[in-house]
Formats: sequence, C-alpha cells, structure tokens
Amino acid sequence: MLKQIEGSRAMAEAIALCRPEVICAYPITPQTHIVEGLGEMVRTGELQNCEFINVESEFGALSVAIGASAAGARAYTATASQGLLFMAEAVYNASGLGLPIVMTLGNRAIGAPINIWNDHSDAMSMCDAGWMQLFAETNQEAVDIHIQAFRLAEELSMPVMVCVDGFILTHAVERVDIPDQADVDAFLPPYEPVQVLDPRQPLSIGAMVGPDAFMEVRYLQHHKQTLALGLIPDLAKEFEARFGRSSGGLLRTYRTEDADLIVVAMGSVNGTIKDTIDRLRDDGLRIGLVTLVSFRPFPAEALRDALIRAKHVVVVEKSFSVGMGGQLANTVGLALRNNRVAPQVHSVIAGLGGRSITRPSLERVFRQAWVQPWEGMHFLDLNQTVVAKELQRVSKVRRSGPTAENILRHLRESARRPAAE
Amino acid sequence: MLQIRFHGRGGQGVVTAAEMLAVAAFLEGEHAQAFPSFGSERMGAPVVSFCRIDDREIRLREPILEPDALIVQDPTLFKAMDVFQGLKSDGYLLVNTNKTLAELGLGAIVAKLPAGHARAVPASELALKHVNRPLPNAALLGAFAAMTGIVHLKSVNAAIRETFPGKVGEANVAAATAAYEALASAPAAA
Repeated sequence: MLKQIEGSRAMAEAIALCRPEVICAYPITPQTHIVEGLGEMVRTGELQNCEFINVESEFGALSVAIGASAAGARAYTATASQGLLFMAEAVYNASGLGLPIVMTLGNRAIGAPINIWNDHSDAMSMCDAGWMQLFAETNQEAVDIHIQAFRLAEELSMPVMVCVDGFILTHAVERVDIPDQADVDAFLPPYEPVQVLDPRQPLSIGAMVGPDAFMEVRYLQHHKQTLALGLIPDLAKEFEARFGRSSGGLLRTYRTEDADLIVVAMGSVNGTIKDTIDRLRDDGLRIGLVTLVSFRPFPAEALRDALIRAKHVVVVEKSFSVGMGGQLANTVGLALRNNRVAPQVHSVIAGLGGRSITRPSLERVFRQAWVQPWEGMHFLDLNQTVVAKELQRVSKVRRSGPTAENILRHLRESARRPAAE
Repeated sequence: MLQIRFHGRGGQGVVTAAEMLAVAAFLEGEHAQAFPSFGSERMGAPVVSFCRIDDREIRLREPILEPDALIVQDPTLFKAMDVFQGLKSDGYLLVNTNKTLAELGLGAIVAKLPAGHARAVPASELALKHVNRPLPNAALLGAFAAMTGIVHLKSVNAAIRETFPGKVGEANVAAATAAYEALASAPAAA
C-alpha cells in the first residue's frame, strides 16, 4: 500500500510485517522513532506474539536480543552512534555465536565532539565485527532490505545490520510502498533456528575455545559471508519477483556502460549523486555510479567487474579512518588490486557530522577528478580558512585549548565580520 | 520540481507544516519529500524545514538552496537571519503576520517578485480564533493553496485531518479554510 510516511514509521511497519518475537529497545537519536513505532504497535495489538522489552542500555538491548535469539525467537533491535559503541562487546558476541539478529543502525557520527547528525562512522566502527552490513539508498529500500535481512540472517545464522542514514532517511516523509502481510509471510517463513537453547535438550552455546579450534570457528564465520555473496543477489531477485521492484542486492550500477569515470558511494547520498551525474552527462561527460548496498560481505568481484573498464573511480564516503583514509576507498582499492590495468582511485570524504552534500560541490569534485586528479583524501567543502587559523594558533601557543571549542570561536568571529572581507 | 522552504521557530509546527504539505501533494498523486533541517530542537530557536514536490521520483537529498516558495511562520525571523537566501526571482513568499509586507519593511523584496507572488496572512490570529492556540502552520498551508495553486485546499485539509485526527484536526481545517478564503477573496496587493 502506497503511503506518504516518515522513514522511521515505514521501517517500523516493515519490521512488524516480519513478525519479530522479541524487540529490545533503548532510545538514541536518530533511530528512536523506529522502536517507538514498534512499541506502539505491540501496545495496540497491531503486532501480535511479540514481546517489547525496554532495557537499561544499548549493551542490555543487544544482550537481550542475543538471549532471545539463542532461545529460538526472531529478535530485533536498533541503535546508532555511541549506542553501537556501548554494545560493542555484544556486537561481536552476536556474530561469533552465529545468532541471526537484525539490527537497524540509524547512521550517526561518533563523538567527541558530540554530534547527533548523520555520517557513517558508527557503521564503519563495527564493520569488522562479523555482521553483514547493508546500506539503504531510500526509505523504500530501507523497508525492503529489512524484509530481506531477516531471511538472509536466518538462512545463514548470522546477524545483519541494516544501515539507514540518520535524519536524511529516518526523519524524511516520503512515498513508500508498504508490502502486504501475505507477501511478506510468503517471502519470510517462520524462524527455524540452527541452534537453540531448550531445557528439554540442554546444550551450551558460547563455549571457551582454545588455539586448537578458534581459527576454524573464525574461518567458518568468513565462509558464511562468502556464501552471502551468492545469497544476497538471489534474495534480491526473489524479492523483485514477488514484490515487483528491485531493492537490495550487492550493488547497482547507474549509467556506467560507457563511463570513463565511475563514482562509488553507499546510502542516501546516491540520489543526489545521480542527479549530479545526469547534469554532467548533459554536458557530455561520461560518468556513472556504482551504489554499493552490501559493505559486509564486501562484493570485491562484482565491484571489480563494474569498475575495471573506467579510467577513474571517485569514492564518496561519509567516514574515514583517522591517520589512514576512507574505509570504502581503501576497500575499493583492494577490489582492484592485482589487476594489470586498473582505474585510478580518488577518495572524497563528505558529509561528516551531517554536513550537507550538495550538487554544486559534487559537480566540482567530479570535474576535478578529470582534469586534476588527486592523491589521498579530498575533504569536500572543508573550511580551509578556519583550519589554517587553528593550525596557526596551535603552532604559536602550547596550551592552545580544545580544538572543537576553538573552531566554534573562529566561526563566530568570522560570522561577525562584514561579508565583503 | 517545486521546492518549498519553511522558516519558523521551535514549537510552531514548522516540521509538521512541511510534512502536511507533502501529504497533500501525495494525495494529488505527486511525489513529495518533506524533511527537517535537523538542528537541535529548542522552543523558540529558528527552525527550517523543506518540502519537494515533483511528478517523478525525488532522488535529491540536499537541503533546499534555491526555493520556489518561502513560507515564513514568524516575521521576527527577518531580523535574525537571511530568510530569502536563494529565493528564485519568480518565486513565492508567504508571511504569517497581521501587518502588511510593506509595514514589515519587505517592500523591496515584494517588488522583485511577480505580482501576487508575495502575500501576508494573519495565520496565528486565525489559528487563535479557530484552534484556540497560536499555531499558524495549518492556516498557512490553506493560504499557500490559495496563493500558488500548487495543491488544492481539499488536499491540504485531508492532510491536516490525517495528521491531527478528531476535533483538533477539524479546528485546524477551519483555520486553513479561513486563510484560504482570506487570500482568495482579497486583492493580491497585500
């Protein structure tokens, strides 16, 4: 049914259609509306056979989800930013134990400095924790990926994080087609656990494992994710056949057929990039886009096939590893490694802490990749003046104070000065 | 694509206004996208929200930089910030005030816009009368329908009823209808 609906509400309705049996909730901006919506549906009886458990922290939320999942219940939770960090130990436990929990991550920056706005630092902080990570481009895709995620998680007995851009998607009101319960039921059968805690057949889960077995357990964890590389596209195809629209998969291409330059990005920024590409195509530039849906497992082969004929690849991402570079750019480089002829990879860091990513800025940096390609990271719309002032200050004064507060002071001062300066 | 930017203060229903306009456009078969400016939400602080309307899928996720229309819920904002930033030369301006736009010192701006594209409406007053609270958002949407024809009053009222079920919704519909009629019947020289 077509609805004009807030992204969070749409996701809550989609998750309810998946018939979760335990939902563990702890509020943190910007995912709160999702669990609020689910809580309301449990209270009104719209969502039956589901226990909604308010917990005391994010660590509690995922720990309860782990217990519920191990006891054979379809378990769901959601978090963001510092909340994900606070549950970090449980994040590794859920995947290490092979429990098919689905968790929504309302992508948000990580402090300090504290910041409630969108970027992908939270997802990247846990990208090596053994969960699958799928990124939604639109709220329609967020709805659809959640439905696929339960199926994916349960077929492989491995948890899935569905990453949705905080505010940009979670708080946007837009047109979403909410599927019918009968279709979701046909796509997603009841949870049939591969391991379950049952007092009638006692067993333990989470044994101490020594050097003789640990590596094999880890190897098999990786093996599951390589299986997911096949299963994710299969599920997307099956979803399309039943629901009549294409959502999810490993990656999607846009106008890449003859492209000399291909952009790679994840999440909601892909829409703005597509509009920018259409504009540049009108000017005769041969530019295309690869939208990466699955970051874990990383579809290196599919990505290489999509990129290998380009001359330049520009990776736009909302996160970077300090002292190292953009995680996505580095991983894209890995996909092209050991090819005799491979495109050059240029890294753009954009939208950190919720900074707007606009068409004019994207257009400028895409054009630059043609005429003046760069090495290392390009920070889109970085305020060079403020950075230079702060660097100068720090070089002169030993006790130069906290960076964030200094930057804010520089900004206040420059706002007071007349615009002509 | 039509892009509408709302300016107001925290507590005035600025975000809800953009959402209701998006619902109204959706009810007319359009694609629409409403989103807030995601600031820290404090009562009284300047708040911006956005609405895009198009006859095809809206992919763009940047804030609205060049609006086709501005809806200003609080006239004290003109002194606090550059509300008009990026407004297109053939754009629309709708201000919640019981003064004239000239009295607000907006004569020069109004002169640059096409005739009938800048209007004032006493939306808070109408809301006080019909809703018993000075929340101008529903009345402004009624006035917006009258000024631009981008959405019909019927769709605006349906969106209001969807957002506020029951008596509150009906009261807001009355405010929106009154604002619509005030603009539709009065000459455009406001």
